[in-house]
Amino acid sequence: MSLALIQQDFCAWLARSDADAAGRIGKGAGRGLAIYQNNYRAQLVACLTEAYERVHAWIGEDAFLAAAAAHIDATPPTHWTLDAYPAGFVATLAALYPDDPDIGELAWLDQALAQAFVAADADPVGLDGLGAVDWDEAVLRFSPSLLARDIRTNAAAIWSALSESGTPPAAALLDEPATLLVWRLDHVSCFRTADRREARLLDAARAGERFGALCALFADELGVEDSATEAGRLLGQWLADGLIVRVDGGRSIR
Amino acid sequence: MPDPLFGLGLRKDHYRDFLETDVPVDFVEVISENFMIDGGRPRAILRQVRERHPVALHGVSMSIGSADGLDRAYLHRLKALADEIDPLFVSDHLSWSRFRGFSSHDLLPLPYTRETLDLVCANIAVAQDVLGRAMLVENPSSYVTFGRSTMTEWEFLDAMCARSGCGLLLDINNIFVSATNHGFDPVAYIDAVPADRVRQVHLAGHSQGRDMLIDTHDQPVPPPVWALYAHAMTRLGPVATMIERDDAIPPLGHLLAELDQARAIGSPDRMAA
Repeated sequence: MSLALIQQDFCAWLARSDADAAGRIGKGAGRGLAIYQNNYRAQLVACLTEAYERVHAWIGEDAFLAAAAAHIDATPPTHWTLDAYPAGFVATLAALYPDDPDIGELAWLDQALAQAFVAADADPVGLDGLGAVDWDEAVLRFSPSLLARDIRTNAAAIWSALSESGTPPAAALLDEPATLLVWRLDHVSCFRTADRREARLLDAARAGERFGALCALFADELGVEDSATEAGRLLGQWLADGLIVRVDGGRSIR
Repeated sequence: MPDPLFGLGLRKDHYRDFLETDVPVDFVEVISENFMIDGGRPRAILRQVRERHPVALHGVSMSIGSADGLDRAYLHRLKALADEIDPLFVSDHLSWSRFRGFSSHDLLPLPYTRETLDLVCANIAVAQDVLGRAMLVENPSSYVTFGRSTMTEWEFLDAMCARSGCGLLLDINNIFVSATNHGFDPVAYIDAVPADRVRQVHLAGHSQGRDMLIDTHDQPVPPPVWALYAHAMTRLGPVATMIERDDAIPPLGHLLAELDQARAIGSPDRMAA
């Protein structure tokens, strides 16, 4: 039996409890194989529990462990780093709880904050030098840690309450759909919600649209002057949040 | 400057201690994968700690024994980290964790055969070539042996070092755990490993499972492991030694007290006395 076949059988035992595969590994190996399988599953459960602390608190131990077991059975790990494993759990939770979108959104927030925490470094631009920018031609470059997702529920409020050991509000749909923004500033992951108008401007800005064009994005809705004022206001908010790490076009500002 | 001799694993619980105080260690060891990330606080902390202490990079995911070869993307990430940190050692385990897209995230056992030796040495050669430096390979703890093995673990280590040029990271606790689980003599193991290849030693604790000892790293180093360490030091001479604690992390002072115990056994002046 080649080493490749042994490893194939070992994988089948760990991922699917394939008894025939276990039998081929060796006589009397059962007790040891049980230890390896327990280690495999316990480590993945611990990984998901640590990564989804608020989801765990929100849906409770039993429901969380059942969801974790379903995920581990359906989605064996494939990446060299265990840190990559939790990402797929968002989709599993959304599928398990199709009528509770708060759970999937809460999971996304847990995961996005973890991803932002180890995203590539990039210092936000300061205010110095911004006066010399040709804003018509300027293209904004955002933090590599920035993640965004549309949400329908009050998952952000639930997350905050759970993190502060407070009583979370009941799950509810938002009056207006919003976008959740997650990024890292000074080594700390943070988030806030953005309304539909900000999300639309942010999408256009992240796609590389010139700031001059961004200023006209809401012209049909607000008029030319107020559209530019709104774009300027949101630019100020993004600068204050530390979301912008470079301004290109004409003269680059870092 | 003498070689760094006594170190601890750098764990999150002790980041503040290492950043704000002068911790009396000769080096620290980190889990490589925890820092093979794009950026953020962990990398910043590692850079700060590196300014004070030599750092050993200890990996758990190279999967040296994978029958389908090594993950090149992994190796290049590790190389980038090593190039930045200029580590004291780069090590991983004589085990496998990944095969055909499945990653167990555990240190799985290998049969000790000629086929495995050929494969492991080929994989080590690839790793050392990409990294541009010699590696240390650690003996695993195990819960399964293979009837098809044609050599003992220590014979395998000897042949692996001779052929690949790698060094050894000898984990004394792993020897004790495997010897207890599989019924071999741990002293005979230590007496047979190629002493001149041992560059680093790990000391750790374990737990009693239902049927076997489990390599949990969540306990202090127990008396039988200290006794084996003392025996090993008579053969190996002064060698970099670290306390490896990965779970149920105690206050740093507890680990420093254990490190003092290691110094009392393995310091060059003690050994010369």
